[in-house]
Amino acid sequence: MELFYSRLGVWIGVLFTFAIFSFLYKDNPFYKVAEQIFIGLSAAFWVVITIYDTLIPNLFKPLSENFGGNIILLIPAFLGVLMLIRIIPKLEWLSRFPIALLIGTTAGISFLRYLKSDVLNQLTATMLNPFAASDWISMIGEILLIVGTICGVLYFYFSKKHEGALGTSAKIGIYFLMVSFGAAFGYTVMGRISLLIGRLQFLMGDWLNLIAH
Amino acid sequence: MTNNKKVKQIDRRIIFLLIFIGVALPLLITIGFKIEVTENVQKAYDLVNSLPPNTKVLISFDYDPASKPELHPMAKAVVKHCLERDYQIICTALWPMGVRMCSDTFESLEKDFPNKKYGIDFVNLGYKVGGKITIQKMGRDFRSVFPTDTGGINIDEMPIMDGVTDFSDLGFVFSFSAGDPGIKDWVMIAHDTYSVLTSGGTTGVSAPAMLPYVNEQGQLTGLLGALKAAAEYELLIDSPGSATNGMDAQSIAHLIIIIFIVIGNVNFYKNRKKNRERG
Amino acid sequence: MKRKIPLIITFVVGLLVITSDFIPHKPFGTLVSGLENWFMIISAFAILLGTLSLIKVSVLKIKFKNENWKYYILTLVSFFVMLLFGLFWGTKTQSGLFGHGEAISSIIGLKPFDYLFENIYEHLQATMFSLLAFFIASAAYRAFIAKSFESNLLLGAAILVMLGGTSIGSYLTGWLPESLKFLHLPNIAAFIMKYPNTAGQRAIIVGAGLGIIGSSLRIILGIERSYLGGS
Repeated sequence: MELFYSRLGVWIGVLFTFAIFSFLYKDNPFYKVAEQIFIGLSAAFWVVITIYDTLIPNLFKPLSENFGGNIILLIPAFLGVLMLIRIIPKLEWLSRFPIALLIGTTAGISFLRYLKSDVLNQLTATMLNPFAASDWISMIGEILLIVGTICGVLYFYFSKKHEGALGTSAKIGIYFLMVSFGAAFGYTVMGRISLLIGRLQFLMGDWLNLIAH
Repeated sequence: MTNNKKVKQIDRRIIFLLIFIGVALPLLITIGFKIEVTENVQKAYDLVNSLPPNTKVLISFDYDPASKPELHPMAKAVVKHCLERDYQIICTALWPMGVRMCSDTFESLEKDFPNKKYGIDFVNLGYKVGGKITIQKMGRDFRSVFPTDTGGINIDEMPIMDGVTDFSDLGFVFSFSAGDPGIKDWVMIAHDTYSVLTSGGTTGVSAPAMLPYVNEQGQLTGLLGALKAAAEYELLIDSPGSATNGMDAQSIAHLIIIIFIVIGNVNFYKNRKKNRERG
Repeated sequence: MKRKIPLIITFVVGLLVITSDFIPHKPFGTLVSGLENWFMIISAFAILLGTLSLIKVSVLKIKFKNENWKYYILTLVSFFVMLLFGLFWGTKTQSGLFGHGEAISSIIGLKPFDYLFENIYEHLQATMFSLLAFFIASAAYRAFIAKSFESNLLLGAAILVMLGGTSIGSYLTGWLPESLKFLHLPNIAAFIMKYPNTAGQRAIIVGAGLGIIGSSLRIILGIERSYLGGS
């Protein structure tokens, strides 16, 4: 019986795979059915896992096991309920309190972390001595890295018109950004093809048993 | 974008069909292109290979089935390597479906490591909402974020969690990340705030944007980017898997896309020449 | 009250988080530690809100018989089936309201929630994203035209990375002698990724980072208020 349901599961998977692939020909009811089922299942999965993995262990369980010791947790629980009230248009404004808390915390942490990780550490990592590089290829590379980073950052400076020295630097910055976008496209192709490989490994392996899986 | 209306465009369905065949055929008929290990994969491998047995390491499964074909082979290879090194693996997830990706990974390795026990050698602590703020909380007080594992078992009852109070008790953090929240948050908090060695694997889409973090500051110690990196890691641990099997298909599909780009450009220039001739 | 109190909350909380980074001792460290815990719990409710919103939108579409309204019935049915399966018999590791559902698991091999996840959801999501492989190929053919110096750079980098980033690159230039190894396609791709790509991406990271820092300050100081919505 278990084997039957396991095999049936594979066939259901195949059916939905083809329902989605049918979109490649054109939009059709099979695709729409699959799409809506996907949305429904996805939302339910998020809810179930959020309840089991976050709300129960971090809120309900501490409150039920030691209410007095964890009474402070009633505040986020109350704020969470205010968040849910957003669904009622007349009381929507109440959700601004929990949102303000979330936004304030995020803004504070983002201010600190981006400053250190994305500005200071990135700029420090660009302060290289290319002439101390081990070989000439690394030397050229490091020069490109320094010039490209500085010119690229200058390109994003829009408070002054891009002309003269700034214009030239910004232009060089664009060249580096173009190479970056090209490289990113190359990697995106790689990523997307990998996803198709995964699908075909399922169809030809788990379903048709044509390849090892 | 282009102005080559006069040149007959290839029907997109023909392109789709050729891509489908280009990926499917090499999966059936192995070509066996050589795989070369790149610097960033070697760095990540060296990190995983460098610690003494019984070191506690954290692996975060920050992806879902949409990125599974790319990230799962990486996760399997790295987890296998960690198990071979006898590390104690603590798993978390910043994405809800990461919980399943973690359990799938360990189930697939169960028969290779029959002696590894849940709660002693590895644990799945499950999903927590909140991204970088939750990671920051882990850095302050790990146990308050994860009072239980994903199955609701108190972590005090698990030997693997003995002595784990914050990031300083971990050998390294490794994140398999499909986006936000993910590896960038681990870099910002685990490495840049709490100085834990951090590495990870990302999808092809995010890899170029994460490379600047592999730098002299050590924000990332190596990086696995896309399926190719997974294949390289499989080669390093001498355990070919689905990434290695997919490399031929990947190569051929790339070649087909490049051919289409060339055809697109030839069409464009032919059309432009025709337009000029007509004045 | 409707706007001022949230602005004060944002200001106080933001300032507290920043202060605690410089003075991690009591009371700042303790306060922010509690705040981070609250953040996690409130965010969990935000996920529930998103789901409630989805249900509301679907119900309204069905109620007013909008275009394709029949498909939204499926959204609701699949949502409630998966939700109830999860709550009644739990997930792979969790026990539900009615236990682990051993009777059902012994027949179908998995818990009902997991059966739907593994046999429907995983395939739907993976296939949905794999469609992009086809569309990116078609888009590359139509849009990747070398018309200017900038587009040549873009195209050249993309092709070199596509070739060098896979095993075919090793195959095509594997015959090169040691003295010309820098022209080996995987080496060229690695060079592009390590230097010019990193330079461009780093410029974006620094630029965006400065932007986020500015926005965070504007939010904390109450200059940026759009998150409060209208009226």
